[in-house]
Amino acid sequence: MDADDREVLISARGLTKRFDDFTAVDGIDVEVRRGEAFGFLGPNGAGKSSTMRMVGCVSPPSGGELRILGHDPRTSGPQIRARLGVVPQRDTLDEELTVAENLVVYARYFGISRKAAHAKAAELLEFAQLAERAGSRVEPLSGGMKRRLTIARSLVNDPEILLLDEPTTGLDPQARHVLWDRLFRLKRQGVTLVLTTHYMDEAEQLCDRLVVMDAGRIVAEGSPRSLIEEHSSREVLELRFPDDDNAPWAGPVTAGAGALAERVEVLPDRLLVYTPDGDAAVQAVHAAGLRPSSVLVRRSTLEDVFLHLTGRLLVD
Amino acid sequence: MTTTGTAGTAGAGTTVRTVRAGGTVPGRAAGAGRALEFWARTYRRTWRGSVVSGVLSPLLYLGSLGFGLGTLVDTGASGGVGVPYVLFVAPGVLAANAMQAGVGEATWPVMGAIKWQRQYHAMLATPLAVVDVLLGHLTFIVLRLLAVSVVFGVVGALLGAFTSWWTVGAVLVATLCGAAYAAPVMAFAAAQENDQGFAYLFRFVLVPTFLFAGTFYPVDQLPAAIRPVAWVTPLWHATQACRDLALGSPDLAAVGAHCAYLALWVAVGVVAARVVYRRRLVR
Repeated sequence: MDADDREVLISARGLTKRFDDFTAVDGIDVEVRRGEAFGFLGPNGAGKSSTMRMVGCVSPPSGGELRILGHDPRTSGPQIRARLGVVPQRDTLDEELTVAENLVVYARYFGISRKAAHAKAAELLEFAQLAERAGSRVEPLSGGMKRRLTIARSLVNDPEILLLDEPTTGLDPQARHVLWDRLFRLKRQGVTLVLTTHYMDEAEQLCDRLVVMDAGRIVAEGSPRSLIEEHSSREVLELRFPDDDNAPWAGPVTAGAGALAERVEVLPDRLLVYTPDGDAAVQAVHAAGLRPSSVLVRRSTLEDVFLHLTGRLLVD
Repeated sequence: MTTTGTAGTAGAGTTVRTVRAGGTVPGRAAGAGRALEFWARTYRRTWRGSVVSGVLSPLLYLGSLGFGLGTLVDTGASGGVGVPYVLFVAPGVLAANAMQAGVGEATWPVMGAIKWQRQYHAMLATPLAVVDVLLGHLTFIVLRLLAVSVVFGVVGALLGAFTSWWTVGAVLVATLCGAAYAAPVMAFAAAQENDQGFAYLFRFVLVPTFLFAGTFYPVDQLPAAIRPVAWVTPLWHATQACRDLALGSPDLAAVGAHCAYLALWVAVGVVAARVVYRRRLVR
């Protein structure tokens, strides 16, 4: 599939968001096309949510250009929002109302008739696997159920773009997989997905294309596979030495692996050797007379890319 | 219809577009109506409690003040207030009751819709605009105030505290009085970071207003220096108009002037709330 043939639904040029003297989003360029699953990946505070709020037309840009579905959010917010589905980072469900009432009330905000709203609610509750809870109040539901309800709610208006801000943060693994399954189905049905996450597995599972954000800027862009190819080696060799501090081994390992080590990273408890061929690198390390206590060869993941690009230091 | 690829073959629960729906952009009144519908739906879950307090309020006020204190006033050395005290105080309490209800509805529910349950944020992710959210909520509050005042009027009439059909007009003025408090208080509430400010609002604004704005005795009884403070409050105007109406022979020009003053407070409150809401919710 050639992405370039598809209609551009979201386009940002130099998009900026400032709060007083803090710049949350610092001039980003983004294009999302119809049918894509597009991800904003980044650590907390990278500007993902601010970007999503601008795209969701609830936060006016401070600078740059933003067009969504061909409209300018500054002047056509309601027109755009009528065609968007939004899953905010924090649920905004009404906990006093029932599961079904939450959907109907929300559908009414979109001007959908009562009859259609009830039919739509029934359909979406099936989809979100909440049909048997239709009449229960929201408050006692599990986190995963509330999240699925929020996603169901975001679909009441048959949105052309679905915005998901950290859709699975705080959920247990089972709940996350159920949610991913639902999002896959939406994608197959042609819904354009735009999501933010700081989970690598989520980005790899769901996104055709993503950008890595750090400190308000885009630091890399591409498919999960191309990002790995571009910013990391094919494989990673993890070595542990039986000392408290592994740092002194970095020099000998770098020398021993020779050309097979594209980069060696020192962590407190192990060394990471970024290499095109993990097994050959192991042999080279052994041939150099080094005896690590444990050896693991694995493929590079998006997490390696992410940590390489955004650093391992906690910034908050 | 945009295609869904799998829609025709997928089983139940796997597709989301068998039922077609789409968002539309509302006109102003329709937008507020959509927001109002939410509040009305939520109210369906809590109306029983509010009916109980709606009936209790006039019973307590009119029982203690009108008939209890009133007996002393009517037979005291001062010679009373010209009419049986219960007839004098009932329209004042009708207005004050609406004021309290208006402030109550415009404080915690507004903060909850911003911070706790965040219903405003849910609305603003849809085609609704800030004005729709504001006017929808205010409309709901006005309808609640109307209900509260109607109940007060009916219970008061059954107790013999209202004797004229003009009381219907007093009920409407009381509703307007509640709105004259609710609108600016919505602006105040939306500017608060926590509910600490509400305690000050009740203690330093609401209670003094309740005590000094002519609900229980004519403002003429106050020292001359304090009277202008009472005249500024919407409650004093509402009390004057309600009393004039409920006693059965109103000066309609004066009632109209009082209502105009109350309407001014509503208008200023809405304009202020719109500014504060926008600053708080769209950033």
